[in-house]
Amino acid sequence: MITKITGIIRRDLRLIAGIVTNNSRVLDVGCGEGELLDYLDKNKEVDGRGIELSSTGVNSCVAAGLSVIQGDADQDLDNYPDQAFDYVVLSQTLQATRQPHKVLDNLVRIGKYAIVSFPNFGHWRVRLALMVHGRMPQTDILSYNWYDTPNIHFCTIKDFVALCVKLNINIESGIALNRRGFERKIGGKGLRFANLRGEQAIFLLTRH
Amino acid sequence: MEQNIGSDNSKEEISRVTLGDVTPMRLDCGFELKNFGVAYKTYGKLNKKKTNAILVCHALSGDQFVSGINPFSGRPGWWNLVIGPNKLIDTERFFVICPNIIGGCMGTIGPKEINCDTGQPWGLDFPVITISDMVRAQALLLDYLGVDKLFCAIGGSMGGMQVLEWAVAYPDRVFAAIPIATASHHSAQNIAFHEVGRQAIMADKDWCGGNYFNHDCYPKRGLGIARMIAHITYLSEPALQSKFGRRLQDRDTITFGFDADFQVESYLRYQGSTFVDRFDANSYLYITRAMDYFDLAERHGNGTLAEAFRGTNTRFCVISFSSDWLYQTSESRAIVKALNAVAANVSFAEIDSDKGHDAFLLKEPEFWKVLSGFIDGAAQKYGLNGSQ
Repeated sequence: MITKITGIIRRDLRLIAGIVTNNSRVLDVGCGEGELLDYLDKNKEVDGRGIELSSTGVNSCVAAGLSVIQGDADQDLDNYPDQAFDYVVLSQTLQATRQPHKVLDNLVRIGKYAIVSFPNFGHWRVRLALMVHGRMPQTDILSYNWYDTPNIHFCTIKDFVALCVKLNINIESGIALNRRGFERKIGGKGLRFANLRGEQAIFLLTRH
Repeated sequence: MEQNIGSDNSKEEISRVTLGDVTPMRLDCGFELKNFGVAYKTYGKLNKKKTNAILVCHALSGDQFVSGINPFSGRPGWWNLVIGPNKLIDTERFFVICPNIIGGCMGTIGPKEINCDTGQPWGLDFPVITISDMVRAQALLLDYLGVDKLFCAIGGSMGGMQVLEWAVAYPDRVFAAIPIATASHHSAQNIAFHEVGRQAIMADKDWCGGNYFNHDCYPKRGLGIARMIAHITYLSEPALQSKFGRRLQDRDTITFGFDADFQVESYLRYQGSTFVDRFDANSYLYITRAMDYFDLAERHGNGTLAEAFRGTNTRFCVISFSSDWLYQTSESRAIVKALNAVAANVSFAEIDSDKGHDAFLLKEPEFWKVLSGFIDGAAQKYGLNGSQ
Protein backbone atom coordinates (compact mmCIF):
# COMPACT_ATOMS: atom_id res chain seq x y z
CA MET A 1 0.00 0.00 0.00
CA ILE A 2 2.70 2.42 0.96
CA THR A 3 6.27 2.89 -0.07
CA LYS A 4 8.56 1.63 2.60
CA ILE A 5 11.05 4.12 3.93
CA THR A 6 12.85 1.98 6.37
CA GLY A 7 13.57 4.50 9.12
CA ILE A 8 10.17 6.07 9.26
CA ILE A 9 8.04 2.99 8.74
CA ARG A 10 10.10 0.91 11.12
CA ARG A 11 9.66 3.65 13.66
CA ASP A 12 5.93 3.60 13.02
CA LEU A 13 5.77 -0.16 13.56
CA ARG A 14 8.01 0.04 16.63
CA LEU A 15 5.71 2.61 18.17
CA ILE A 16 2.69 0.43 17.46
CA ALA A 17 4.48 -2.57 18.93
CA GLY A 18 5.22 -0.45 22.00
CA ILE A 19 1.51 0.05 22.62
CA VAL A 20 0.65 -3.66 22.37
CA THR A 21 0.83 -5.55 25.66
CA ASN A 22 2.42 -8.96 26.10
CA ASN A 23 0.38 -12.12 25.46
CA SER A 24 -2.48 -10.18 23.92
CA ARG A 25 -4.58 -11.07 20.88
CA VAL A 26 -3.74 -8.94 17.87
CA LEU A 27 -5.28 -8.62 14.40
CA ASP A 28 -3.13 -6.75 11.90
CA VAL A 29 -5.30 -5.53 9.04
CA GLY A 30 -3.20 -4.98 5.92
CA CYS A 31 -0.22 -6.77 7.41
CA GLY A 32 1.89 -6.71 4.24
CA GLU A 33 4.85 -9.06 4.56
CA GLY A 34 4.10 -9.55 8.24
CA GLU A 35 6.89 -7.41 9.74
CA LEU A 36 4.80 -6.24 12.69
CA LEU A 37 3.24 -9.64 13.37
CA ASP A 38 6.62 -11.30 13.25
CA TYR A 39 8.06 -8.72 15.63
CA LEU A 40 5.12 -9.07 18.03
CA ASP A 41 5.28 -12.85 17.86
CA LYS A 42 8.98 -12.87 18.75
CA ASN A 43 9.02 -10.05 21.30
CA LYS A 44 5.60 -9.94 22.90
CA GLU A 45 4.35 -13.48 22.51
CA VAL A 46 1.06 -12.27 21.16
CA ASP A 47 -1.59 -14.44 19.52
CA GLY A 48 -1.35 -12.65 16.20
CA ARG A 49 -3.44 -12.81 13.02
CA GLY A 50 -3.27 -10.88 9.81
CA ILE A 51 -5.34 -9.91 6.80
CA GLU A 52 -3.54 -8.93 3.62
CA LEU A 53 -4.80 -8.02 0.19
CA SER A 54 -1.86 -9.13 -1.94
CA SER A 55 -1.44 -12.86 -2.39
CA THR A 56 2.36 -12.56 -2.45
CA GLY A 57 2.18 -10.87 0.95
CA VAL A 58 -0.15 -13.53 2.32
CA ASN A 59 1.87 -16.44 1.02
CA SER A 60 5.14 -15.13 2.39
CA CYS A 61 3.48 -14.50 5.78
CA VAL A 62 2.06 -18.03 5.97
CA ALA A 63 5.36 -19.42 4.74
CA ALA A 64 6.96 -17.61 7.67
CA GLY A 65 4.61 -19.34 10.09
CA LEU A 66 2.25 -16.39 10.63
CA SER A 67 -1.55 -16.80 10.70
CA VAL A 68 -2.61 -14.65 7.80
CA ILE A 69 -5.53 -14.76 5.40
CA GLN A 70 -6.09 -13.17 2.04
CA GLY A 71 -8.76 -10.51 2.31
CA ASP A 72 -9.38 -6.79 2.60
CA ALA A 73 -10.41 -4.31 5.25
CA ASP A 74 -13.57 -3.22 3.44
CA GLN A 75 -15.06 -6.67 2.97
CA ASP A 76 -13.71 -9.09 5.51
CA LEU A 77 -13.90 -7.27 8.85
CA ASP A 78 -17.67 -7.71 9.00
CA ASN A 79 -17.14 -11.44 9.62
CA TYR A 80 -15.29 -11.03 12.89
CA PRO A 81 -17.17 -11.12 16.19
CA ASP A 82 -17.28 -8.20 18.65
CA GLN A 83 -14.27 -7.72 20.93
CA ALA A 84 -12.50 -10.77 19.52
CA PHE A 85 -9.07 -9.15 19.82
CA ASP A 86 -7.27 -6.98 22.33
CA TYR A 87 -5.76 -4.87 19.55
CA VAL A 88 -6.72 -4.41 15.94
CA VAL A 89 -3.99 -2.66 13.98
CA LEU A 90 -4.53 -0.76 10.77
CA SER A 91 -1.16 0.55 9.76
CA GLN A 92 -0.87 2.85 6.73
CA THR A 93 -3.92 1.28 5.13
CA LEU A 94 -6.87 3.51 6.06
CA GLN A 95 -6.27 5.83 3.09
CA ALA A 96 -6.55 2.89 0.69
CA THR A 97 -9.91 1.64 1.93
CA ARG A 98 -13.15 2.37 0.10
CA GLN A 99 -15.14 3.21 3.22
CA PRO A 100 -12.77 4.40 5.96
CA HIS A 101 -15.61 5.28 8.33
CA LYS A 102 -17.04 1.77 8.21
CA VAL A 103 -13.58 0.26 8.59
CA LEU A 104 -12.95 2.40 11.69
CA ASP A 105 -16.28 1.37 13.14
CA ASN A 106 -15.36 -2.27 12.61
CA LEU A 107 -11.91 -1.84 14.17
CA VAL A 108 -13.26 -0.59 17.49
CA ARG A 109 -16.01 -3.21 17.37
CA ILE A 110 -13.65 -6.15 16.83
CA GLY A 111 -10.87 -4.91 19.11
CA LYS A 112 -10.88 -3.63 22.65
CA TYR A 113 -8.36 -1.17 21.22
CA ALA A 114 -7.74 -0.09 17.66
CA ILE A 115 -4.35 1.25 16.61
CA VAL A 116 -4.52 3.27 13.42
CA SER A 117 -1.63 4.92 11.62
CA PHE A 118 -1.88 6.96 8.44
CA PRO A 119 0.03 9.55 6.42
CA ASN A 120 -1.07 13.08 7.28
CA PHE A 121 -2.31 15.02 4.28
CA GLY A 122 -2.16 18.19 6.34
CA HIS A 123 1.65 18.06 6.57
CA TRP A 124 3.25 21.33 5.49
CA ARG A 125 5.09 19.72 2.57
CA VAL A 126 1.82 18.43 1.18
CA ARG A 127 0.21 21.83 1.61
CA LEU A 128 3.21 23.52 0.02
CA ALA A 129 3.17 21.22 -3.01
CA LEU A 130 -0.40 22.18 -3.76
CA MET A 131 -0.02 25.85 -2.94
CA VAL A 132 3.28 26.58 -4.62
CA HIS A 133 3.35 24.14 -7.50
CA GLY A 134 -0.36 23.60 -7.99
CA ARG A 135 0.29 19.88 -8.44
CA MET A 136 -0.89 16.86 -6.50
CA PRO A 137 1.66 16.26 -3.77
CA GLN A 138 4.27 13.55 -4.07
CA THR A 139 6.44 13.03 -1.02
CA ASP A 140 8.60 10.24 0.32
CA ILE A 141 5.59 8.61 1.94
CA LEU A 142 3.09 9.59 -0.74
CA SER A 143 5.15 8.60 -3.70
CA TYR A 144 2.45 7.66 -6.19
CA ASN A 145 1.12 9.71 -9.09
CA TRP A 146 -2.45 10.88 -8.69
CA TYR A 147 -3.59 8.51 -11.44
CA ASP A 148 -2.02 5.30 -10.18
CA THR A 149 -2.26 5.69 -6.43
CA PRO A 150 -4.09 3.03 -4.41
CA ASN A 151 -4.58 5.75 -1.78
CA ILE A 152 -8.05 7.03 -2.48
CA HIS A 153 -9.14 8.49 0.85
CA PHE A 154 -6.53 10.83 2.24
CA CYS A 155 -7.19 12.80 5.37
CA THR A 156 -5.42 15.21 7.67
CA ILE A 157 -4.92 14.61 11.36
CA LYS A 158 -7.69 17.13 12.01
CA ASP A 159 -10.03 15.33 9.62
CA PHE A 160 -9.34 12.06 11.38
CA VAL A 161 -10.03 13.54 14.82
CA ALA A 162 -13.28 15.03 13.53
CA LEU A 163 -14.36 11.67 12.07
CA CYS A 164 -13.69 9.93 15.37
CA VAL A 165 -15.91 12.46 17.14
CA LYS A 166 -18.63 11.92 14.56
CA LEU A 167 -18.39 8.11 14.86
CA ASN A 168 -18.39 8.35 18.64
CA ILE A 169 -14.95 6.76 18.78
CA ASN A 170 -12.81 7.62 21.76
CA ILE A 171 -9.22 8.75 21.11
CA GLU A 172 -7.15 7.36 23.96
CA SER A 173 -3.96 8.91 22.65
CA GLY A 174 -2.33 10.14 19.48
CA ILE A 175 1.22 10.64 18.31
CA ALA A 176 2.44 12.62 15.31
CA LEU A 177 5.75 11.65 13.72
CA ASN A 178 7.77 14.13 11.77
CA ARG A 179 10.14 13.45 8.94
CA ARG A 180 13.01 12.47 11.19
CA GLY A 181 10.82 10.24 13.30
CA PHE A 182 10.46 12.66 16.22
CA GLU A 183 7.28 12.08 18.14
CA ARG A 184 4.79 14.66 19.29
CA LYS A 185 1.68 14.04 21.35
CA ILE A 186 -1.50 15.02 19.59
CA GLY A 187 -4.11 16.72 21.73
CA GLY A 188 -5.51 20.03 22.88
CA LYS A 189 -3.54 22.97 21.56
CA GLY A 190 -0.98 20.68 19.98
CA LEU A 191 -3.44 19.49 17.37
CA ARG A 192 -2.87 22.33 14.93
CA PHE A 193 0.89 22.06 15.19
CA ALA A 194 0.82 18.29 14.88
CA ASN A 195 -1.34 18.59 11.79
CA LEU A 196 1.24 20.87 10.20
CA ARG A 197 4.44 19.14 11.29
CA GLY A 198 3.41 15.51 11.51
CA GLU A 199 4.17 13.45 8.43
CA GLN A 200 2.20 10.57 9.85
CA ALA A 201 0.05 9.89 12.87
CA ILE A 202 -0.70 6.97 15.16
CA PHE A 203 -3.88 6.83 17.18
CA LEU A 204 -5.04 4.51 19.92
CA LEU A 205 -8.84 4.25 19.79
CA THR A 206 -11.65 2.66 21.77
CA ARG A 207 -15.39 2.48 21.38
CA HIS A 208 -17.16 5.02 23.62
CA MET B 1 2.51 -51.55 16.21
CA GLU B 2 4.45 -51.25 13.03
CA GLN B 3 6.92 -48.39 12.81
CA ASN B 4 9.22 -48.90 9.90
CA ILE B 5 10.93 -45.69 8.92
CA GLY B 6 9.77 -44.99 5.42
CA SER B 7 11.03 -48.30 4.18
CA ASP B 8 10.16 -49.08 0.60
CA ASN B 9 10.25 -52.80 0.91
CA SER B 10 7.86 -54.05 -1.71
CA LYS B 11 7.43 -57.32 0.15
CA GLU B 12 6.00 -55.59 3.18
CA GLU B 13 2.63 -56.65 4.44
CA ILE B 14 -0.24 -54.25 4.70
CA SER B 15 -0.68 -53.21 8.32
CA ARG B 16 -4.22 -54.04 9.26
CA VAL B 17 -5.98 -53.91 12.57
CA THR B 18 -9.39 -55.20 13.59
CA LEU B 19 -11.45 -52.51 15.29
CA GLY B 20 -14.93 -52.52 16.80
CA ASP B 21 -14.24 -55.89 18.40
CA VAL B 22 -15.18 -54.81 21.91
CA THR B 23 -17.84 -52.22 21.11
CA PRO B 24 -19.30 -52.02 17.61
CA MET B 25 -18.93 -48.67 15.84
CA ARG B 26 -22.29 -47.06 15.18
CA LEU B 27 -22.51 -45.54 11.71
CA ASP B 28 -24.54 -42.46 10.82
CA CYS B 29 -27.07 -44.66 9.05
CA GLY B 30 -27.63 -46.54 12.30
CA PHE B 31 -25.80 -49.72 11.32
CA GLU B 32 -23.42 -51.13 13.93
CA LEU B 33 -20.14 -52.16 12.39
CA LYS B 34 -18.23 -54.76 14.37
CA ASN B 35 -14.92 -56.54 13.94
CA PHE B 36 -13.92 -54.50 10.95
CA GLY B 37 -10.47 -54.24 9.46
CA VAL B 38 -8.66 -50.96 8.89
CA ALA B 39 -5.58 -51.02 6.69
CA TYR B 40 -3.03 -48.29 7.27
CA LYS B 41 0.59 -47.33 6.80
CA THR B 42 2.82 -45.47 9.19
CA TYR B 43 6.09 -43.75 8.44
CA GLY B 44 8.65 -42.54 10.95
CA LYS B 45 8.51 -43.00 14.69
CA LEU B 46 6.16 -41.74 17.35
CA ASN B 47 8.21 -39.73 19.84
CA LYS B 48 8.19 -40.43 23.57
CA LYS B 49 5.71 -37.69 24.35
CA LYS B 50 3.54 -38.89 21.46
CA THR B 51 3.29 -35.37 20.12
CA ASN B 52 4.62 -35.71 16.58
CA ALA B 53 1.81 -37.59 14.85
CA ILE B 54 0.47 -36.34 11.51
CA LEU B 55 -2.64 -37.94 10.07
CA VAL B 56 -2.81 -37.89 6.28
CA CYS B 57 -6.32 -38.34 4.90
CA HIS B 58 -6.53 -39.62 1.37
CA ALA B 59 -8.86 -38.57 -1.44
CA LEU B 60 -11.51 -40.54 -3.36
CA SER B 61 -9.16 -42.76 -5.32
CA GLY B 62 -6.24 -42.61 -2.88
CA ASP B 63 -4.93 -45.23 -0.49
CA GLN B 64 -2.69 -45.67 2.53
CA PHE B 65 0.49 -45.73 0.44
CA VAL B 66 1.22 -42.06 0.70
CA SER B 67 5.02 -42.24 0.65
CA GLY B 68 7.69 -44.53 -0.73
CA ILE B 69 6.69 -47.11 -3.31
CA ASN B 70 3.15 -48.45 -3.50
CA PRO B 71 3.70 -52.24 -3.29
CA PHE B 72 0.69 -52.94 -5.48
CA SER B 73 1.29 -50.55 -8.33
CA GLY B 74 5.08 -50.46 -8.01
CA ARG B 75 4.80 -46.70 -8.45
CA PRO B 76 5.62 -43.91 -5.97
CA GLY B 77 3.00 -43.24 -3.29
CA TRP B 78 0.43 -40.58 -4.11
CA TRP B 79 2.12 -37.88 -2.03
CA ASN B 80 5.66 -39.19 -2.20
CA LEU B 81 6.77 -35.76 -3.43
CA VAL B 82 5.76 -34.19 -0.13
CA ILE B 83 6.10 -36.95 2.48
CA GLY B 84 9.20 -38.98 3.27
CA PRO B 85 12.60 -38.77 4.92
CA ASN B 86 13.95 -35.21 4.68
CA LYS B 87 10.97 -34.12 2.60
CA LEU B 88 8.51 -31.32 3.33
CA ILE B 89 6.69 -33.56 5.81
CA ASP B 90 9.82 -35.17 7.15
CA THR B 91 9.26 -38.73 8.36
CA GLU B 92 12.54 -38.49 10.30
CA ARG B 93 10.78 -35.86 12.37
CA PHE B 94 7.10 -36.74 12.25
CA PHE B 95 5.15 -39.94 12.75
CA VAL B 96 2.93 -40.07 9.68
CA ILE B 97 -0.22 -42.21 9.73
CA CYS B 98 -2.23 -42.83 6.60
CA PRO B 99 -5.25 -45.13 6.90
CA ASN B 100 -7.33 -46.47 4.04
CA ILE B 101 -10.85 -45.10 4.56
CA ILE B 102 -13.78 -47.34 5.44
CA GLY B 103 -15.74 -48.05 2.28
CA GLY B 104 -12.40 -48.20 0.45
CA CYS B 105 -10.88 -51.15 -1.35
CA MET B 106 -7.28 -51.33 -0.21
CA GLY B 107 -7.72 -53.54 2.82
CA THR B 108 -10.06 -51.54 5.03
CA ILE B 109 -13.66 -52.70 5.43
CA GLY B 110 -15.71 -51.91 2.36
CA PRO B 111 -18.11 -53.53 -0.11
CA LYS B 112 -15.28 -55.68 -1.52
CA GLU B 113 -14.41 -57.26 1.85
CA ILE B 114 -15.96 -60.45 3.19
CA ASN B 115 -18.97 -60.08 5.45
CA CYS B 116 -18.26 -62.50 8.31
CA ASP B 117 -21.96 -63.16 8.78
CA THR B 118 -22.45 -64.45 5.25
CA GLY B 119 -18.97 -65.48 4.12
CA GLN B 120 -19.63 -63.43 0.97
CA PRO B 121 -18.34 -60.03 -0.07
CA TRP B 122 -20.56 -57.29 1.33
CA GLY B 123 -21.50 -55.83 -2.04
CA LEU B 124 -24.54 -53.60 -1.72
CA ASP B 125 -25.31 -55.07 1.71
CA PHE B 126 -22.54 -52.83 2.96
CA PRO B 127 -24.10 -49.94 4.88
CA VAL B 128 -23.93 -46.48 3.34
CA ILE B 129 -21.12 -44.60 5.05
CA THR B 130 -20.34 -40.93 5.61
CA ILE B 131 -17.22 -38.80 6.00
CA SER B 132 -17.97 -38.77 9.76
CA ASP B 133 -17.94 -42.56 9.79
CA MET B 134 -14.55 -42.59 8.07
CA VAL B 135 -13.20 -40.19 10.69
CA ARG B 136 -14.73 -42.13 13.57
CA ALA B 137 -12.92 -45.24 12.38
CA GLN B 138 -9.68 -43.26 12.11
CA ALA B 139 -10.14 -42.08 15.70
CA LEU B 140 -10.39 -45.72 16.79
CA LEU B 141 -7.21 -46.45 14.85
CA LEU B 142 -5.44 -43.62 16.69
CA ASP B 143 -6.63 -45.07 20.01
CA TYR B 144 -5.11 -48.36 18.96
CA LEU B 145 -1.85 -46.68 17.95
CA GLY B 146 -1.74 -44.84 21.28
CA VAL B 147 -2.02 -41.39 19.75
CA ASP B 148 -4.27 -39.18 21.87
CA LYS B 149 -3.69 -35.98 19.99
CA LEU B 150 -2.57 -35.29 16.47
CA PHE B 151 -0.04 -32.58 15.87
CA CYS B 152 -1.66 -32.18 12.49
CA ALA B 153 -4.36 -33.57 10.22
CA ILE B 154 -3.83 -32.89 6.54
CA GLY B 155 -5.52 -33.87 3.30
CA GLY B 156 -6.70 -32.65 -0.07
CA SER B 157 -10.09 -32.96 -1.74
CA MET B 158 -12.07 -35.65 0.14
CA GLY B 159 -9.04 -35.83 2.44
CA GLY B 160 -9.68 -32.18 3.26
CA MET B 161 -13.29 -33.02 4.17
CA GLN B 162 -12.01 -35.60 6.64
CA VAL B 163 -9.62 -32.99 8.06
CA LEU B 164 -12.51 -30.55 8.59
CA GLU B 165 -14.60 -33.31 10.18
CA TRP B 166 -11.68 -34.22 12.44
CA ALA B 167 -11.24 -30.64 13.62
CA VAL B 168 -14.94 -30.26 14.36
CA ALA B 169 -15.76 -33.71 15.75
CA TYR B 170 -12.56 -34.10 17.79
CA PRO B 171 -11.40 -30.52 18.46
CA ASP B 172 -9.20 -31.58 21.36
CA ARG B 173 -7.40 -34.20 19.32
CA VAL B 174 -6.18 -31.93 16.52
CA PHE B 175 -3.61 -29.18 17.11
CA ALA B 176 -3.36 -28.08 13.48
CA ALA B 177 -5.61 -28.78 10.51
CA ILE B 178 -4.72 -28.34 6.85
CA PRO B 179 -7.73 -28.78 4.56
CA ILE B 180 -6.56 -28.39 0.97
CA ALA B 181 -8.59 -27.89 -2.23
CA THR B 182 -11.79 -28.86 -0.49
CA ALA B 183 -15.24 -27.68 0.61
CA SER B 184 -17.42 -27.83 3.70
CA HIS B 185 -20.20 -29.46 1.69
CA HIS B 186 -20.86 -30.86 -1.76
CA SER B 187 -22.49 -28.43 -4.17
CA ALA B 188 -25.26 -29.41 -6.60
CA GLN B 189 -22.64 -29.53 -9.36
CA ASN B 190 -20.38 -31.80 -7.29
CA ILE B 191 -23.28 -34.15 -6.63
CA ALA B 192 -24.30 -34.02 -10.29
CA PHE B 193 -20.88 -35.14 -11.51
CA HIS B 194 -20.83 -37.98 -9.01
CA GLU B 195 -24.32 -39.05 -9.99
CA VAL B 196 -23.27 -39.36 -13.65
CA GLY B 197 -20.34 -41.51 -12.54
CA ARG B 198 -22.54 -43.76 -10.45
CA GLN B 199 -25.10 -44.09 -13.21
CA ALA B 200 -22.34 -45.12 -15.62
CA ILE B 201 -21.32 -47.92 -13.25
CA MET B 202 -24.86 -49.07 -12.55
CA ALA B 203 -25.79 -48.97 -16.25
CA ASP B 204 -23.00 -51.44 -17.04
CA LYS B 205 -24.64 -54.86 -17.31
CA ASP B 206 -21.53 -56.38 -15.77
CA TRP B 207 -22.33 -54.52 -12.57
CA CYS B 208 -25.05 -57.15 -11.93
CA GLY B 209 -26.86 -55.11 -9.31
CA GLY B 210 -23.61 -54.76 -7.38
CA ASN B 211 -23.22 -58.52 -7.26
CA TYR B 212 -20.52 -58.89 -9.94
CA PHE B 213 -18.24 -60.92 -7.67
CA ASN B 214 -20.74 -63.79 -7.87
CA HIS B 215 -21.05 -63.59 -11.63
CA ASP B 216 -17.43 -63.66 -12.66
CA CYS B 217 -17.70 -60.30 -14.31
CA TYR B 218 -16.71 -56.71 -13.55
CA PRO B 219 -18.24 -53.37 -14.65
CA LYS B 220 -15.05 -52.18 -16.31
CA ARG B 221 -16.72 -49.94 -18.84
CA GLY B 222 -18.98 -48.25 -16.31
CA LEU B 223 -16.23 -47.63 -13.78
CA GLY B 224 -13.89 -46.50 -16.56
CA ILE B 225 -16.42 -43.93 -17.75
CA ALA B 226 -16.98 -42.73 -14.18
CA ARG B 227 -13.24 -42.20 -13.86
CA MET B 228 -13.05 -40.41 -17.20
CA ILE B 229 -15.76 -37.95 -16.17
CA ALA B 230 -14.18 -37.37 -12.78
CA HIS B 231 -10.75 -36.92 -14.30
CA ILE B 232 -11.99 -34.01 -16.40
CA THR B 233 -13.09 -32.27 -13.22
CA TYR B 234 -9.60 -32.71 -11.72
CA LEU B 235 -7.95 -30.75 -14.53
CA SER B 236 -8.43 -27.17 -15.59
CA GLU B 237 -9.49 -26.15 -19.07
CA PRO B 238 -6.15 -24.42 -19.76
CA ALA B 239 -4.28 -27.49 -18.48
CA LEU B 240 -6.20 -29.78 -20.86
CA GLN B 241 -5.73 -27.30 -23.69
CA SER B 242 -1.98 -26.95 -23.24
CA LYS B 243 -1.47 -30.67 -22.68
CA PHE B 244 -3.53 -31.87 -25.64
CA GLY B 245 -5.09 -29.05 -27.63
CA ARG B 246 -6.66 -30.61 -30.71
CA ARG B 247 -3.66 -32.82 -31.38
CA LEU B 248 -4.36 -36.19 -32.98
CA GLN B 249 -3.33 -39.52 -31.51
CA ASP B 250 -0.82 -41.52 -33.62
CA ARG B 251 -2.39 -40.36 -36.87
CA ASP B 252 -2.06 -37.51 -39.31
CA THR B 253 -5.69 -36.99 -40.04
CA ILE B 254 -9.11 -37.60 -38.57
CA THR B 255 -10.59 -41.01 -39.39
CA PHE B 256 -14.28 -40.18 -39.71
CA GLY B 257 -14.98 -42.79 -37.05
CA PHE B 258 -15.30 -43.10 -33.28
CA ASP B 259 -11.83 -44.34 -32.52
CA ALA B 260 -9.72 -42.13 -30.24
CA ASP B 261 -8.67 -39.64 -32.92
CA PHE B 262 -7.70 -36.98 -30.41
CA GLN B 263 -4.95 -37.27 -27.83
CA VAL B 264 -7.31 -36.13 -25.11
CA GLU B 265 -9.63 -39.06 -25.88
CA SER B 266 -6.80 -41.52 -25.77
CA TYR B 267 -5.58 -40.04 -22.50
CA LEU B 268 -8.99 -40.29 -20.85
CA ARG B 269 -9.45 -43.87 -22.06
CA TYR B 270 -6.09 -44.73 -20.56
CA GLN B 271 -7.04 -43.09 -17.26
CA GLY B 272 -10.28 -45.05 -17.22
CA SER B 273 -8.73 -48.39 -18.07
CA THR B 274 -5.89 -48.20 -15.55
CA PHE B 275 -8.30 -47.15 -12.81
CA VAL B 276 -10.53 -50.22 -13.15
CA ASP B 277 -7.55 -52.47 -12.48
CA ARG B 278 -6.96 -50.97 -9.08
CA PHE B 279 -10.36 -49.82 -7.84
CA ASP B 280 -13.58 -51.51 -6.81
CA ALA B 281 -16.72 -50.32 -8.58
CA ASN B 282 -18.96 -50.64 -5.53
CA SER B 283 -16.40 -48.77 -3.44
CA TYR B 284 -16.65 -45.96 -5.95
CA LEU B 285 -20.41 -45.80 -5.38
CA TYR B 286 -20.08 -45.75 -1.60
CA ILE B 287 -17.30 -43.21 -1.41
CA THR B 288 -18.87 -40.76 -3.84
CA ARG B 289 -22.09 -41.05 -1.84
CA ALA B 290 -20.25 -40.25 1.37
CA MET B 291 -18.85 -37.11 -0.27
CA ASP B 292 -22.29 -36.08 -1.53
CA TYR B 293 -23.72 -36.44 1.97
CA PHE B 294 -20.96 -34.32 3.49
CA ASP B 295 -22.30 -31.08 4.97
CA LEU B 296 -20.31 -29.82 7.93
CA ALA B 297 -22.67 -26.94 8.74
CA GLU B 298 -25.77 -29.11 8.63
CA ARG B 299 -24.24 -31.82 10.75
CA HIS B 300 -22.37 -29.81 13.36
CA GLY B 301 -23.69 -26.26 13.21
CA ASN B 302 -27.46 -26.38 12.75
CA GLY B 303 -26.95 -25.10 9.24
CA THR B 304 -24.42 -22.39 10.16
CA LEU B 305 -20.83 -23.25 9.36
CA ALA B 306 -19.40 -20.85 11.94
CA GLU B 307 -21.34 -22.63 14.68
CA ALA B 308 -19.64 -25.88 13.73
CA PHE B 309 -16.27 -24.27 14.50
CA ARG B 310 -17.28 -22.37 17.64
CA GLY B 311 -14.80 -22.75 20.47
CA THR B 312 -12.13 -24.39 18.34
CA ASN B 313 -8.52 -24.09 19.45
CA THR B 314 -7.16 -25.77 16.34
CA ARG B 315 -4.84 -23.80 14.05
CA PHE B 316 -6.16 -23.96 10.52
CA CYS B 317 -4.37 -23.50 7.24
CA VAL B 318 -6.85 -23.46 4.37
CA ILE B 319 -5.34 -23.72 0.89
CA SER B 320 -7.02 -23.47 -2.51
CA PHE B 321 -5.82 -23.36 -6.11
CA SER B 322 -6.86 -20.62 -8.51
CA SER B 323 -7.78 -22.94 -11.40
CA ASP B 324 -9.58 -25.58 -9.30
CA TRP B 325 -13.16 -25.53 -10.53
CA LEU B 326 -14.21 -28.67 -8.65
CA TYR B 327 -13.69 -27.14 -5.20
CA GLN B 328 -13.27 -23.48 -5.98
CA THR B 329 -11.47 -20.86 -3.95
CA SER B 330 -14.88 -19.46 -2.97
CA GLU B 331 -15.53 -22.72 -1.08
CA SER B 332 -12.30 -22.33 0.89
CA ARG B 333 -13.10 -18.69 1.49
CA ALA B 334 -16.46 -19.68 2.99
CA ILE B 335 -14.61 -21.94 5.44
CA VAL B 336 -12.21 -19.11 6.31
CA LYS B 337 -15.11 -16.70 6.79
CA ALA B 338 -16.78 -19.11 9.19
CA LEU B 339 -13.53 -19.58 11.11
CA ASN B 340 -13.09 -15.80 11.34
CA ALA B 341 -16.61 -15.46 12.66
CA VAL B 342 -15.55 -17.41 15.75
CA ALA B 343 -12.12 -15.72 15.86
CA ALA B 344 -10.36 -19.00 15.17
CA ASN B 345 -6.68 -19.15 14.29
CA VAL B 346 -6.65 -19.45 10.53
CA SER B 347 -4.28 -18.93 7.64
CA PHE B 348 -5.56 -18.94 4.11
CA ALA B 349 -3.67 -18.91 0.84
CA GLU B 350 -4.92 -19.24 -2.69
CA ILE B 351 -2.13 -20.69 -4.81
CA ASP B 352 -1.88 -19.38 -8.34
CA SER B 353 -1.76 -22.48 -10.54
CA ASP B 354 -3.16 -23.56 -13.90
CA LYS B 355 -3.19 -27.25 -12.98
CA GLY B 356 -6.73 -27.41 -11.63
CA HIS B 357 -7.88 -29.51 -8.68
CA ASP B 358 -5.02 -32.01 -9.02
CA ALA B 359 -2.50 -29.25 -8.27
CA PHE B 360 -2.32 -30.40 -4.65
CA LEU B 361 -0.72 -33.66 -5.76
CA LEU B 362 1.80 -32.02 -8.06
CA LYS B 363 5.01 -30.07 -7.75
CA GLU B 364 3.81 -26.58 -6.89
CA PRO B 365 6.66 -24.60 -5.26
CA GLU B 366 4.46 -21.80 -3.92
CA PHE B 367 2.08 -24.33 -2.36
CA TRP B 368 4.96 -26.20 -0.79
CA LYS B 369 6.43 -22.99 0.60
CA VAL B 370 3.15 -22.10 2.30
CA LEU B 371 2.68 -25.66 3.54
CA SER B 372 6.12 -25.99 5.02
CA GLY B 373 5.96 -22.52 6.59
CA PHE B 374 2.68 -23.32 8.28
CA ILE B 375 3.83 -26.73 9.51
CA ASP B 376 7.09 -25.32 10.88
CA GLY B 377 5.29 -22.45 12.57
CA ALA B 378 2.71 -24.77 14.10
CA ALA B 379 5.41 -27.24 15.19
CA GLN B 380 7.19 -24.44 17.01
CA LYS B 381 3.97 -23.42 18.79
CA TYR B 382 3.39 -27.05 19.69
CA GLY B 383 6.85 -27.32 21.19
CA LEU B 384 8.21 -29.59 18.47
CA ASN B 385 11.60 -28.07 17.92
CA GLY B 386 14.02 -29.57 15.45
CA SER B 387 14.16 -33.31 15.08
CA GLN B 388 12.47 -35.33 17.75
